[in-house]
Amino acid sequence: VYRLHGRYHEMAPNVVPMDYTKDPDVKLPMQLIINMPELKENPFKERIVESFSEDGEGSLSFNDFVDMFSVLSEMAPRELKAIYAFKIYDFNTDNFICKADLEKTLNKLTREELTAEEITLVCEKVIEEADMDGDGKLGFADFENMISKAPDFLRYYVKK
Amino acid sequence: EDNGSQQNRASRRKNYQRKNRDGKKAREEGGQKKDRGKTAPTKDQKESENKEKKTTKRGKEGEKKDRKNSTSSASSNSSDEESLSEEELAMLKEQVEQKKKLISTMRNKPWRMVKKLSVLREAQDFVEKFEGALGKGKGKKLYAYKMMMAKKWVKFKRDFENFKTQCIPWEMKIKEVESHFGSSVASYFIFLRWMYGVNLVLFGLIFGLVIIPEVLMGMPYGSLPRKTVPRAEQATAMDFSVLWDFEGYIKYSALFYGYYNNQRTIGWLKYRLPMAYFMVGISVFGYSLMVVIRSMARNANESTADGDDNNFIFSWKMFTSWDYLIGNPETADNKFASITTSFKESIVDEQESNKDENIHLRRFLRVLANVLIICCLCGSGYLIYFVVKRSQTFSKMQNVGWYERNEVEIVMSLLGMFCPPLFETIAALENYHPRIGLKWQLGRIFALFLGNLYTFLLALMDDVNEKLAEEDVVRNITHWTLLGHHNSSAGNDSTATPPPLDPADVPRGPCWETTVGIEFVRLTVSDILVTFITILVGDFIRACFVRFVNYCWCWDLEAGFPSYAEFDISGNVLGLVFNQGMIWMGSFYAPGLVGINVLRLLTSMYFQCWAVMSSNVPHARVFKASKSNNFYMGLLLLILFLSLLPVAYTIMSLPPSFDCGPFSGKKRMYDVIQETIELDFPLFVAKIFSYVANPGLIIPAILLMVLTIYYLNAVSKAYQRANAELKKKMQMQREEEKNKRNNKGSTNPMLQDLEDLLTPSTKTESPPKQAEDKKIESPNGTSPVRKPGRGEFQAGSPMAGGRGAAFTPPSQVFVTQPRTLGIRAPYPGQPRPWGHPLGPLPGRGRGQAYY
Repeated sequence: VYRLHGRYHEMAPNVVPMDYTKDPDVKLPMQLIINMPELKENPFKERIVESFSEDGEGSLSFNDFVDMFSVLSEMAPRELKAIYAFKIYDFNTDNFICKADLEKTLNKLTREELTAEEITLVCEKVIEEADMDGDGKLGFADFENMISKAPDFLRYYVKK
Repeated sequence: EDNGSQQNRASRRKNYQRKNRDGKKAREEGGQKKDRGKTAPTKDQKESENKEKKTTKRGKEGEKKDRKNSTSSASSNSSDEESLSEEELAMLKEQVEQKKKLISTMRNKPWRMVKKLSVLREAQDFVEKFEGALGKGKGKKLYAYKMMMAKKWVKFKRDFENFKTQCIPWEMKIKEVESHFGSSVASYFIFLRWMYGVNLVLFGLIFGLVIIPEVLMGMPYGSLPRKTVPRAEQATAMDFSVLWDFEGYIKYSALFYGYYNNQRTIGWLKYRLPMAYFMVGISVFGYSLMVVIRSMARNANESTADGDDNNFIFSWKMFTSWDYLIGNPETADNKFASITTSFKESIVDEQESNKDENIHLRRFLRVLANVLIICCLCGSGYLIYFVVKRSQTFSKMQNVGWYERNEVEIVMSLLGMFCPPLFETIAALENYHPRIGLKWQLGRIFALFLGNLYTFLLALMDDVNEKLAEEDVVRNITHWTLLGHHNSSAGNDSTATPPPLDPADVPRGPCWETTVGIEFVRLTVSDILVTFITILVGDFIRACFVRFVNYCWCWDLEAGFPSYAEFDISGNVLGLVFNQGMIWMGSFYAPGLVGINVLRLLTSMYFQCWAVMSSNVPHARVFKASKSNNFYMGLLLLILFLSLLPVAYTIMSLPPSFDCGPFSGKKRMYDVIQETIELDFPLFVAKIFSYVANPGLIIPAILLMVLTIYYLNAVSKAYQRANAELKKKMQMQREEEKNKRNNKGSTNPMLQDLEDLLTPSTKTESPPKQAEDKKIESPNGTSPVRKPGRGEFQAGSPMAGGRGAAFTPPSQVFVTQPRTLGIRAPYPGQPRPWGHPLGPLPGRGRGQAYY
C-alpha cells in the first residue's frame, strides 16, 4: 500500500499530500494516470480509468486508484473482475454491451487493421454466440455466463 | 475458538490498517508492502469457512506490534466479558462471525471505496468490542510460522515455474514469428525445436557411449590396419576435395563404422565396446520411437480436452485476448499483430464453413488434379531409376567428371526443389480449406520423397552386394600376404618374432559399412547445402530483387509475378522429416552423423527465423494450424519405421566385414549379444534367454499383444461415443436456455410443425430419450396435457438428482419430447439412460407409445 501511495504521489508531487489523516479530497486527472507504465500500452486504458473513477470523468482519487489496482491484482476474485471487465467494455455506459461497443472494442484491439466487413462479421458472431436473452446486446448476465467459461480470462486480466 | 479470536483481533488490526489506507500511511505500519495486502485476501477466499485458519494466517502476517496490540486489547477486553450470560454470548458470537465474514469478503464487493470503508469500520468496531471473551493466544506462533513457511514455499514454486518457462530456448523468437505470421508457421518452428531436443539426446547417447570410449580408451590412430589410411591414399589424404567427399583422414576416424576395433573389452574399465555399439544403435531407434509416440499421445489428449469451447470463439477472442501485463511497446505491437491475425484466422474458418458450391464440378476437378499428380510422381520415379542406372555404369568408367559423379544427388535435389511448387499449382484446382490443402500437399511431397529415398537405397544395396563379393577376394589376398610376410621374415631368423607389417601396407578389404555411412553423410550434407541455398536464393535474394529493382521495372514486382515469398510450411516440414529419416538410417554406420545433424538444426533455427522475419510475407489466407501436431508426428513415425527396416535387414542378414568395425570376425552382427551372454553373465541367464527366445513363447506373446490392442481400441471407441453424446447434450442444453430466455416457446421449426399437427387432447407419447429433458428449469410457453406416468418416472431417474434441477412439471417435459425426438432422429443408436429397448426413432411428427 505504501508503495502504491508512493506511485500515486510521484505522478503529481505538488498535489498529492503525504499525510492522509485529514482525508483530503485530491483527485488526479486521467492524463497523468494513463501515462503510467503499466497502463501505457493498454488499448483500454481510458476505459479502465473511467470505470474506476467516482465522478465518471476519469479523475481518480487515491481510494479509486487503490481500488483499481486491487481489482486488477491477481488476488481479486473472478466475479469481481468480471464485473469490472463488463464496465470497461461498455463504452457508452448504458449497462449493456451493444454492437457499437463491440465495434469500438474490436478497433482498439486490432488498431483498426480489419476491414469494415470483417468487423461487422465479428461483432455479429459475438452477439450470436453470447446473447442469451435475444435483445441484440450483451447484458451482464450474458457476459458473465460467457466469461466464466473462458480459460484465458484470469490469465490475462491480471496485473502483478 | 480462543486461539482463533486472538488472531482474529490481530488480523482485524491488520485488516483495518489495510483498508484504511489513507489513514495509516504516515505511520510506521505504512511499511507494509502491497503484496502482503494482496496475499491475505486470497487466503480469505479460500478458507473463509475455516475461520481459524484464516485468522491465524492474517495474524501471522501482522507485525510484532500487531501481536502486542492484540494481546493487550485481549487482556483489557476479557475483563468486560465475564458479565455476559450464556445466550447473549452465543448470540454475540454469531453476530461476530457475521461481521467477520463481511470483513473477509469486503474485497469482493464492487462498492465504491468510501462505502466499503465505512461499512468496514462499523463491522470492525463491533467485532472488536465483543470478541474479548473468546481469546487464547497459545500455540499461535508455531502455527503462524508454519503458515509463513507454506507461503514462502508456494512463492518459491511459482518463481521456479516462471524461471523454467524463461529457460525454454527460443521462446521469444517463436512468439515473435507467431505474432506476425500466424500459428501454422510458428508450429513449424516449434516442431523444429522439438526435433533439436530429440537429436541432442541421441547425440549425447552416441557420443558418450560409443565415440568417447573409443577415442579415449581404444587403440590410437595408426596402430591398426583399420585405423590407418592405406599407403596408396596417403598422398592425397589431406586434400580438401578428398576430405569433402569424406574420404581420406575423415574416413578413417571415429566418425565412421570402420574405425572401431572389435576387441571385446577395451581399457582398464573393461568397457565392452562392440556390445555398447550394438545396444546404442538399437536404443537410438527405441528412444525415438518412445518419444514420438509419447508426443502423439499428449497431443491426442489435448485435442480431446476441447469440450465446449467452440461455442464462444469470437467472444473470447474479443474479450480475453489482450494481455494486461504488457508494458513494452514492441511486445504490444506484436500482440496487436497477433490479435489481428487471430481474428482473420477465425474469420476464414467461419467463411469456409459457410461456403457451399457445386459438388460435381468440385469432384471432377479434384479427380483431375489427382490424376495429374500421380503422373508426375511416376515420372519422377522413373527419372531417378534411370539416373541411378546410369551412375552405376559411370562408376565402371574411368574418366568421370564431377557432374557424373554427383548426378544422382543433383537430380534428387532438383526434383525436391521443383516438384512441390508444381504440386501446389495443380492443387489450386482442388479448392480445399487451406488446412486440408496443406495436408494433401504434404502427403504428395511425402510420396515423392519416398520414391527418391527407396531408389537411393536400392542403389546402395547393389553397391553393398558388390563389395561383399569383392571382400572374399581381398580376404584371401590379405591372408596370403600376411603369411608371406611372416615366412619371409622368419626365413632370416626363425627364433625372433617377425617385425609387424606397417599397418598402412596391409591390403584392405572394402569396408561396406563405412561406404554406406559415407553415402548417408554425403547425402545429408548435400541436403543441408541445398536447403540453405534455396532459402537464401529463393527467399532473400528474391526479396532484395523485388524491393530494389521495383523502382525501375515495367510491372509492379511486389504485387505481380515474383513478389515476396510466402513461408513454405509443407516443404520445410517434409525436409525436416526426411532429414531425420536419413539420420536414423545412417547413424548405425556413421556415429558422427547425429552430431552433424545437431549442428545443422541449431544453425537452421536461427537462419530460418531470420529469413522468415526479413523476407517473407504472411500468407494471403491465414489459417490456424490444427490444434494437434499429430499430423507431423504421424509422418515422423512412418519415416521412423521405414528407416528402421533397412538397418534391421542389414543387421540380420548381411555378414559384417572381416577387417573393419566392431563386429568384424563374427558371422552376424547380433552374435555379439550371444557372446556377451555366454561370457559375461552367469549360466542361468543364458538358459533364461534361450527359453525366452523359444518361438513357442514368442508367438503367444504376440497374440496376446494383438488382443490387447483390439480391446483397448474398442474401449477408446466407446469413450469417444460417450464423449460425443455428452457434447450433444450440452449443446441441447444451451439451446434450451436460449429458448427459455427468449420466451418464444421454441425456435425449432419441427416442433412448431408438430404443434400445428397435434391437438392438445390427443398428443401421444414419445419415448423419453435424453436426460436433458429433465434439465429444463422453467416452463415453456405452451402447456399441453400432461401424461402422469412419465412425469413420475422421470423424477425417479438418477439423472435428475445428479443434475440438481428442480422437478420439472411433466407438461414441460412432454413439450420438449417431440423436439428432442426430431433432433435426435439421426442418432438412433445411442444408449438411453433408463435401459429402454432401443428402437428406431419414429418419423417426424409421430409419437409412439414406448415406455
